[in-house]
Amino acid sequence: MSSPENPKPPLAAGTLAEPTMNPTPSDSTPPVSRRQFLRDGLRAAGVAGLGGVAGLGAARTGAREYYWQIDPDKCVRCGRCATECVLQQSAVKCVHAYAICGYCELCTGYFNPEPNALNTGAENQLCPTSAIRRTFIEDPYYEYTIDEQLCIGCGKCVEGCSRFGNGSLYLQVRHDRCLNCNECAIARVCAGDAFRRVPVDQPYLLRTAPPAH
Amino acid sequence: MPPAAHATARARPDRTRVRRARVPAVLAGVCLVLMALNATAQHRFPPPDFEGGHTLPATTTPAPRALVLEYVDFGLLLAGLGVAAWLTLRRRSRRGVVILSLASLAYFGFYREGCLCVIGSIQNVALALADPGYVLPAFALGFFVAPLAVALFFGRAFCAGVCPHGALQDLVLVKPVKVPSWLEHALGILPFVYLGVGVLAAATGSGFIICRYDPFVPLFRLSGSFSLLVFGGAMLLLSLFVGRPYCRFLCPYGALLKMAASISRWRVRTTPDYCTQCRLCEESCPFGAMREPSSGAADPTTLVAERKRLTGLLVLTPVLIVALGWIGSRAGGPASLLHPTVALAESHLRQERAPMNYPPQSPEALMLVRARLDPAALLAQAAAVRRRFIVGGWLLGGWIGLVLGAKWISLSVRRHRTDFEPDRGACLSCARCFEFCPNERVRRGLLPPEALVLKAAHAGLPGAGAGARPAAAQAASRPVQPCPHA
Repeated sequence: MSSPENPKPPLAAGTLAEPTMNPTPSDSTPPVSRRQFLRDGLRAAGVAGLGGVAGLGAARTGAREYYWQIDPDKCVRCGRCATECVLQQSAVKCVHAYAICGYCELCTGYFNPEPNALNTGAENQLCPTSAIRRTFIEDPYYEYTIDEQLCIGCGKCVEGCSRFGNGSLYLQVRHDRCLNCNECAIARVCAGDAFRRVPVDQPYLLRTAPPAH
Repeated sequence: MPPAAHATARARPDRTRVRRARVPAVLAGVCLVLMALNATAQHRFPPPDFEGGHTLPATTTPAPRALVLEYVDFGLLLAGLGVAAWLTLRRRSRRGVVILSLASLAYFGFYREGCLCVIGSIQNVALALADPGYVLPAFALGFFVAPLAVALFFGRAFCAGVCPHGALQDLVLVKPVKVPSWLEHALGILPFVYLGVGVLAAATGSGFIICRYDPFVPLFRLSGSFSLLVFGGAMLLLSLFVGRPYCRFLCPYGALLKMAASISRWRVRTTPDYCTQCRLCEESCPFGAMREPSSGAADPTTLVAERKRLTGLLVLTPVLIVALGWIGSRAGGPASLLHPTVALAESHLRQERAPMNYPPQSPEALMLVRARLDPAALLAQAAAVRRRFIVGGWLLGGWIGLVLGAKWISLSVRRHRTDFEPDRGACLSCARCFEFCPNERVRRGLLPPEALVLKAAHAGLPGAGAGARPAAAQAASRPVQPCPHA
């Protein structure tokens, strides 16, 4: 034991603190060394346990499914994507599969069920934020483009397009916005159980053919 | 708009005469017909062939944050752990720890905005061990293992300056208040309970509740549900006066680190060589981690009572484990409502008994539609989950019993301690006490060596050598345990 009469010289900076509680082994060695023995044994057990967990866990690391995504075929357009995301404006947006779009003049994803006129008047639109742009291509075809800045991911257009149209409008998690939360706040409450982790090399579930109606 | 206009809405040979959207009823009827017609067809409205040669735009797919960056983060975590261990054990620098904390807070906190974090990784590992179908990201396993492995050898280096949660609370601590010992010990049980609950919820597939109720990640993101932002703000306010309340009284990873650090190979010690028992370090610790010297010798007058108490506790602990396990198994059934499948099955059964009228496109109604697709399978799944919860309830209750028993036993065991020392498990390696230790100040040349001789001569009259900090010395000038060296 150190004593004030005979202090050990101060250790130089950079000396690791000694592992034992007692700097010099002397009269009170036995209880301390017993504890030390216990501690060493427990630490060995701890290292072994942690190694075991690491080994078991490593056996479960396989194909790297990591990013959240919506399966468009399971989505039921409940509207929770717009409200439940941890971001103020949801990371879920509507995307458009142009290849399966019918380019309808009367788009049921764009227009209210009973539009006053088939024009871009706000009162005719289904979208609450006017996030769909309607452009004339050639008679009688119109193209519909999503303005992602405005889209809030409410899925109203998706409902219209899925119910009466080709299903070319659908919701996807946009990975430039998504924070990839460990627990997705939308997935937890998704009415269609449509969220799942997707592989790293395929972060979108894009539609290339219309869904089975 | 005249109905004729609708007829031209889609000039298709097979559907030229279809008039849609006249009135909703007609629309719905026509669509039903359309659906029947298209039962085998692919497109309701085949994509057009543009005569003008219009090219279709491509659907954009913005890339996510590259996976390799997660491994970079893991590398930075390892580097941070190494630097923190070096700063606390070898360099002994509070300033270094503060700088590291700031860097961690900036990078792991405000830049990376939370996920995936070390605290949350507990649940990924728990789910991977319980569910073979879950794919565990390799770096999540690394995030979980690395700080624990470091703690087994170097103490809580992760808490010292790598964890952004801890750094945030540590850096706003302005006026630490001592938490009474009884409250400290009682609240210290919470992290172990929270750990058990979090692991149970993750392992049963009910969700990651440690992430769900994390108070600081919404602050890092400056975005989240209102109640969580309020909770985070309240925790931050509390940490102005109570040292790291989340780390000490809630953090489930802290509970794991506490266990690992209590058997660590090397440890943080306040004094660089020997202790003058001035108690300044005890005053400096805002986390109540400093322990007084004690001889560890038995007091003959209380020895019998102490032995009885310890024996009683050793007998009580297994009883407590079984009793709480039983209570846990009883609570497992109701608690299984935490699982979405069980919740859906319950609401389906409730709907069968007493139908509620939800609006047709509401989430509740849509969920019930999903339940009605195959009710038998849903109920079977829910029953399986409930059985897992009952087993989990036994384990969780037993775990809580074990924690309570171990706590009581640890409070009843005598310790031999010659110096003021930080408790191995509770010490967050913040390095504050180094700044207050007169021996350390002499070593760094901030105090003349004579100050220590004076101090040794007046052991029991502390404060003689701490002229540099009269206020702190004043605070320390209450009766001190008799010094065994004097």
